[in-house]
Amino acid sequence: MLRFLVRRLLWMAVTLAAISFVTFVVIKLPPGDYTSTVIANAEARGQDIPDSQIAELKRHYGLDKPFMVQYLTWISGVVLHGDLGQSFAWNQSVASLIGNRVLLSMVLSIASLLFVWAIAFPIGIYSALRQYSPGDYVASFLGFIGMAVPEFMLALVMMYVGFRYFGQSVGGLFSPEYADAAWNLGKLLDLVSHLWVPIVVVGVAGTAGLIRITRANLLDELHKPYVATARAKGLPEWKLLLKYPVRMSLSPFFSTVGWLLPGLISGETIVSVVMSLPTSGPLLLGAVKSQDMYLVGSFVLILSTLTVIGTMLSDLALAWWDPRIRARFQKG
Amino acid sequence: MLQQNAAQQTTVSQTQWRLMWRQFRRHKLALIGLIVLVPIYFVAAFGGFFAPSGSDTAHTSLPYAPPQRLNVSTEHGLFVYGFSSTRNDETFEQTFTVDKSKIIDVGFFVHGDEYKVLGVIPSDIHLIGPTTASQPFFLLGADQSGRDLLSRLILGARVSLSIGLVGVFASFLLGMLIGGISGYLGGRVDNAIQRVIEFIMSIPTLPLWMALSAALPGSWGPLTRYFAITVILSLIGWTGLARDVRGRFLSLREEDFVMAARLDGVGRGGIIFGHMVPSFASHIIASVSMAVPRMILGETSLSFLGLGLQPPAVSWGVLLEGAQNIRAVATAPWLLTPGLAVVVVVLAMNFVGDGLRDAADPYK
Repeated sequence: MLRFLVRRLLWMAVTLAAISFVTFVVIKLPPGDYTSTVIANAEARGQDIPDSQIAELKRHYGLDKPFMVQYLTWISGVVLHGDLGQSFAWNQSVASLIGNRVLLSMVLSIASLLFVWAIAFPIGIYSALRQYSPGDYVASFLGFIGMAVPEFMLALVMMYVGFRYFGQSVGGLFSPEYADAAWNLGKLLDLVSHLWVPIVVVGVAGTAGLIRITRANLLDELHKPYVATARAKGLPEWKLLLKYPVRMSLSPFFSTVGWLLPGLISGETIVSVVMSLPTSGPLLLGAVKSQDMYLVGSFVLILSTLTVIGTMLSDLALAWWDPRIRARFQKG
Repeated sequence: MLQQNAAQQTTVSQTQWRLMWRQFRRHKLALIGLIVLVPIYFVAAFGGFFAPSGSDTAHTSLPYAPPQRLNVSTEHGLFVYGFSSTRNDETFEQTFTVDKSKIIDVGFFVHGDEYKVLGVIPSDIHLIGPTTASQPFFLLGADQSGRDLLSRLILGARVSLSIGLVGVFASFLLGMLIGGISGYLGGRVDNAIQRVIEFIMSIPTLPLWMALSAALPGSWGPLTRYFAITVILSLIGWTGLARDVRGRFLSLREEDFVMAARLDGVGRGGIIFGHMVPSFASHIIASVSMAVPRMILGETSLSFLGLGLQPPAVSWGVLLEGAQNIRAVATAPWLLTPGLAVVVVVLAMNFVGDGLRDAADPYK
């Protein structure tokens, strides 16, 4: 197990190095650099920037050095000082920009993951146990629809319904009267009454997918000989189900734990944009649109790092949960 | 079991594809999905004919005009009522009322905006439209510049529906080639390719898409941009397929029929393309079909965020971009119809993919 862990950690380091390089390539991909944005903005205002000033800007941001030097400067800043670079558009450090919004993204992702689990597992298990029952058909059909509806559609429709029939502004996180108020019970309740909409919207697609996976996994297990054995030795049905096949079918539970980490930051970009939630998602979109490439690159880097770590954690959790996987790890 | 044996005996002479079709037909939802998709693709292919007007024909005086109802009377034949609009002096909001005194005659096979059938043959015949081409005719309402939503929906279908197919085709080629090499050669090459695939899979999809499309130069024309988006979408799509193909190759390599072919002196290419590929092609096609709706959703989401295709190109995602804020949706809920189209198409495709997967699995 230790050997496996060490190998995984080494491999993770290699992957992260590769990701950081790709990220930097992406940062540098758009033709032109920050100075061309400055020039374009100045021209839009009808001003003219002298060449000497542009050269000065280039030197200031290190844009005149060769590619590899720029990459090494950037990555050593990230690794050694946690310095993700400056957002050109915001004129702030990327770390503080993202840090400001991370808490809400975190609340949103954790809450929606809990929502997904709470809904998907019982329904998935029920669907598998009562295969081809009306309930199973309803669950399957809703699951298909949940996967087919784009998140933003759902968000728009819910906002429209809220606006039209409840006269409530569903976007944002607070009602206008609480937006600037200090924290109190009323504000907290107001937050909760706004937050459930994005949680549901974000959760629906994941719920639909997880229902399908749980159902398929459990169906695979239900007809295996060990279930018959357990039944034959007289174990009560519910105990039998929970102890063996359900346990085996819960592995997607652990794979989704791995998604949680990157979700903390990506904050369900699309939904946040539509519902104008102050998570990190809209920040990423704004950065992409204005080609604020250091901000974009930092996002990709942070998200990829979290994905890689998350994947590893969920692999470890899986190995802990499922003896078959543990055995495979110990062999390899 | 007995029944199955009997069934197999009667179908001994049928090809694999006929067997698949039989199995597929039994999957009712998949069949319904197919029945829904075929006409949609047909309409999209001949969009110019089915759309009442061109995608950029605007009635600037009628922004957000509501949908008109098609009426029939003995006096006028087929017609719609015109609008009269009033502007609220305080809010400057424009409200439309149906003006029963204005009658717009509607006919079939009328002359209207020019287009090219399949991009080649010039024509100006439209299936349905106002007999006087300059009259407003909005069966699904109008957008913020007074353009007919129905026409834009039909014309946008071409991009939205084809981007999935083109993208999947690209990732299909990549996946087959790389997965095939990985699985057939095995060893060190296999190892390296698998690591690369793991690497690509470890980068989160949406931010990567966004970052890559941010890197697209704004000066690119719609067609170049379309292909660039397709490439971006398929850049990620091929990895799953490559793994699948590799797995198949690895297990097939040891099969008796491959050994027999090898002993028979068949060359490497002959074994791969003559014997191995046909034996898992159906399975691959089934799993590829599941990727098409994902790509359509990807394009829609990207364009919705304003990162995919840009106007004047029309796709369902571009149309939905106009419905991005609640204010627009509240004034003109019909702007959400492209979203409904996306849901219907993706749903149908998921059903078809499900049916294909079931039909392609010989071990069921």
